[in-house]
Amino acid sequence: MIGVLNPAGPVGAGERIILYDSVAIMLAIVIPTMACTVFFAWWFRASNTRAKYRPEWSYSGRLEMLVWSIPTLVVLFLGGIAWESSHDLDPAVPLAGQTEPLQVQVVSLDWKWLFIYPQQHVASVNQLIIPAGVPIHFELTSATVMNSFFVPQLGSQIYTMAGMATELNLLADHPGDYGGMSAQFSGDGFSDMRFTVTAMPQAQFNAWVGTAHGSPPLDAITYAALAADHTSTNAMTFGSVIANLFHDILVMRPIAAAPARDGKGS
Amino acid sequence: MGKLTWSAIPFDQPIPMTASAVMLLGIAAVLVWVVLKGHLPYLWREWITSVDHKRIGVMYCMLAAVMLVRGFIDALMMRSQLALSTGGAAGYLPPEHYDQIFSAHGTIMIFFVAMPFMIGLMNFVAPLQLGIRDVAFPTLNSVSLWLTASGVLLVNVSLIIGEFARTGWLAYPPLSELQFSPGVGVDYYLWALQISGVGTLLSGINLATTILKMHAPGMSYTRMPIFCWTALASNLLIVAAFPILTATFAMLLLDRYLGFHFFTNELGGNPMMYINLIWAWGHPEVYILVLPAFGVFSEVISTFSGKPLFGYRSMVAATMAICLLSFLVWLHHFFTMGAGADVNGFFGIMTMIIAVPTGVKIFNWLFTLYGGRVRFTVPLLWSLAFMLTFVIGGMTGVLMAVPPADFVLHNSVFLVAHFHNVVIGGVLFGAFAGYTYWFPKAFGFTLDERWGKAAFWCWVIGFYVAFMPLYGLGLLGMTRRMQHSVEPSWTPLLHLAAVGALIILAGIVCQAVQLVVSIRTRQRRWDVTGDPWDGRTLEWATPSPPPSFNFSVMPNVTGEEAYWGTKQRAIKEQRLADEPQYVPIEMPLNSPTGFVTAFFTTVTGFALIWHIWWQVAFGLLGAFATFVVFAWRDRVEHEITAEQLAKIDRERRRVRTEALANRVPPA
Repeated sequence: MIGVLNPAGPVGAGERIILYDSVAIMLAIVIPTMACTVFFAWWFRASNTRAKYRPEWSYSGRLEMLVWSIPTLVVLFLGGIAWESSHDLDPAVPLAGQTEPLQVQVVSLDWKWLFIYPQQHVASVNQLIIPAGVPIHFELTSATVMNSFFVPQLGSQIYTMAGMATELNLLADHPGDYGGMSAQFSGDGFSDMRFTVTAMPQAQFNAWVGTAHGSPPLDAITYAALAADHTSTNAMTFGSVIANLFHDILVMRPIAAAPARDGKGS
Repeated sequence: MGKLTWSAIPFDQPIPMTASAVMLLGIAAVLVWVVLKGHLPYLWREWITSVDHKRIGVMYCMLAAVMLVRGFIDALMMRSQLALSTGGAAGYLPPEHYDQIFSAHGTIMIFFVAMPFMIGLMNFVAPLQLGIRDVAFPTLNSVSLWLTASGVLLVNVSLIIGEFARTGWLAYPPLSELQFSPGVGVDYYLWALQISGVGTLLSGINLATTILKMHAPGMSYTRMPIFCWTALASNLLIVAAFPILTATFAMLLLDRYLGFHFFTNELGGNPMMYINLIWAWGHPEVYILVLPAFGVFSEVISTFSGKPLFGYRSMVAATMAICLLSFLVWLHHFFTMGAGADVNGFFGIMTMIIAVPTGVKIFNWLFTLYGGRVRFTVPLLWSLAFMLTFVIGGMTGVLMAVPPADFVLHNSVFLVAHFHNVVIGGVLFGAFAGYTYWFPKAFGFTLDERWGKAAFWCWVIGFYVAFMPLYGLGLLGMTRRMQHSVEPSWTPLLHLAAVGALIILAGIVCQAVQLVVSIRTRQRRWDVTGDPWDGRTLEWATPSPPPSFNFSVMPNVTGEEAYWGTKQRAIKEQRLADEPQYVPIEMPLNSPTGFVTAFFTTVTGFALIWHIWWQVAFGLLGAFATFVVFAWRDRVEHEITAEQLAKIDRERRRVRTEALANRVPPA
């Protein structure tokens, strides 16, 4: 099953716990309230002669005390959960892991996703290859309108906004394919603005990076064509990336037609 | 003609062309019928130029009902598109059309259905409940109504000439900026809402002033019916929040028309500021809509339980607490913007705190039922359905107030399910309860119960079948505003939701049939006494429909539930209070100012959308001239003589005295 109730990483798993706990706490008060509504309305129906009619009864200090305290206590409890979990699951907080996080820069375009691997000097479109079990640190921006980067099974989404860099930390526990999307409406091509996250063992990831280097470069002309294309595309891989591409997009500097840097730093 | 050419009319697209042809034919048919039957002078004299708060209230509700049908057709198109576009199929609505439909659906349902319905009810009911003869500024009231109608007209014109916004109902920049939305769609959206927004603000000022300053003798704040309190809170929110909306839209308009950069991507613009501002209006807006509905439920549950509202003072406190807190929660609409844990945590907790006074209200309604003699009329059924439905919507709302839960549910159809759960289950059910409850007061006969119950069951079952699947789809990772489905596992739930929409359609058909049947059988259902439900508040002290001046003599209020006390005394003594002294009164004259102003604002709005600058100048001059003519008027009021008052009131007293004979004093 896909979706947020079938998480594939610690962030999604943590959020599912919060979801279940909050619903359980609230159901403890919602179910009795609903039952009372039905029972009171039915029992005090006009035709029921056994029900006692109290035409003047409209105040009770004790009940007032109760009706204010019950929701207050629930909210105190839930509020604690909200505060603690906001800090624990803050998208910007790095995840604990045995290895250094992999850096990925994300740019939303019309209507596709560009992923830049600054340490590996490769890039891809609409497919995000990551090593399983390794924390991923995302830096995100948009070269167009606002979008939201979201992989339901991995957890937290975050907006991508032009001129702004947001941060997100995710981790996939196991190898596998996870669907990703834009969760913020961004225009006509929005529905197809989807990508696949493929988590694979570290060795296989390293091999992928090696193969990726053989792909065509993401140079200024290719990037300009990509940004101006206004369609979704199939997955693409680029063997090299213009230096500082993410930063230049972020500060809206025109992407210079500088020679692309290949993966070996030559 | 500015940007306007023949190519603005989408001759090549069958769906909008058919829709507009049907709409135009319908309007033409109604107009021809009205003119041929000679109803035009009557309509002009008694309705279009009316400054009577009751007539204006009724017209607001009629506007809302018509637009409910329009907004619902949009909903049917969306649900059918999503049910048909599964498994790789494209469906029948391409994105550029589908995007307009969901934007129009949201805009229409909030601004032109929920708002006018609630404002209509408040207009009709509040002065009657306060025991007064009209609102504070009667002509302004008419201007507000017609400005709203002007906005409605512009939104519907976009169906035929040009296009509507493709940006969602809040038109987030940068998508709504010229760079990404160069067409006239966003301009239609902005000008329609600017014009109707002014109408709403004026209406808010009017009703807030009325409720704060105008009361029958003895009607202190703590004796006001709870509906007046919720209406007061709602209108205070309108006064505080709508200027933010107007200013925000004005900045976006400056960006689009004069090359400013408030919210653009480049040159220092900041779209995040728009999102903050729009929600600083948008969240209070939610409470502007739902608070009057809470008031309706309070009145209905109390009346049909045969008991005073439980915990009146608590209810007032809860209402005013919600009024204040509603301004402190807006950030929960964008926890995923990356503001950080402290900010998110704070707004999450503030949001939950609103659940406290809301919970108090639910419990107080519960205890109002307790010990009552509950009559299962249609308004009470809507209220019970509300109580059961709203707690579910409230629960999912509080769930999304927990930031990490929102991180995975935000922008999903789970969110869509949540806000339909509270807006349909809260606002719309409240509107329907109020419509059925006060219909006999407005028109003098009751609505048919059987068709009302059929409509009720279709709506409630249809609601659950249409929206519960969306909760599931949201958890399966489906985002909102998708034009086609991409996951096979979504298909069954999407089909189920479409079936739900069809059941709701059956509910709307039942409502239409109910209205027609009720009008045709009105001879059997006259509300002779003016008090068909054994009511407790002052509107039930007047005849149905009430005379233009409401009360021949201002009622003297001596306690909470002003009318209930008077009625019980009369039943006990088996006679009405002594006949009062009738003194002549002055009532405001009808005025075409509102209608004429709205004509010119429509002309101006249309011209601004299409950049026809000479027409802009003409429209603005016309509106100003209308104001000048109004300001220079000599006669503002006409007198109603003591004899006229006495005649109407003696008739009221006669039927009431007759009715008394059937009421046995309680032992």
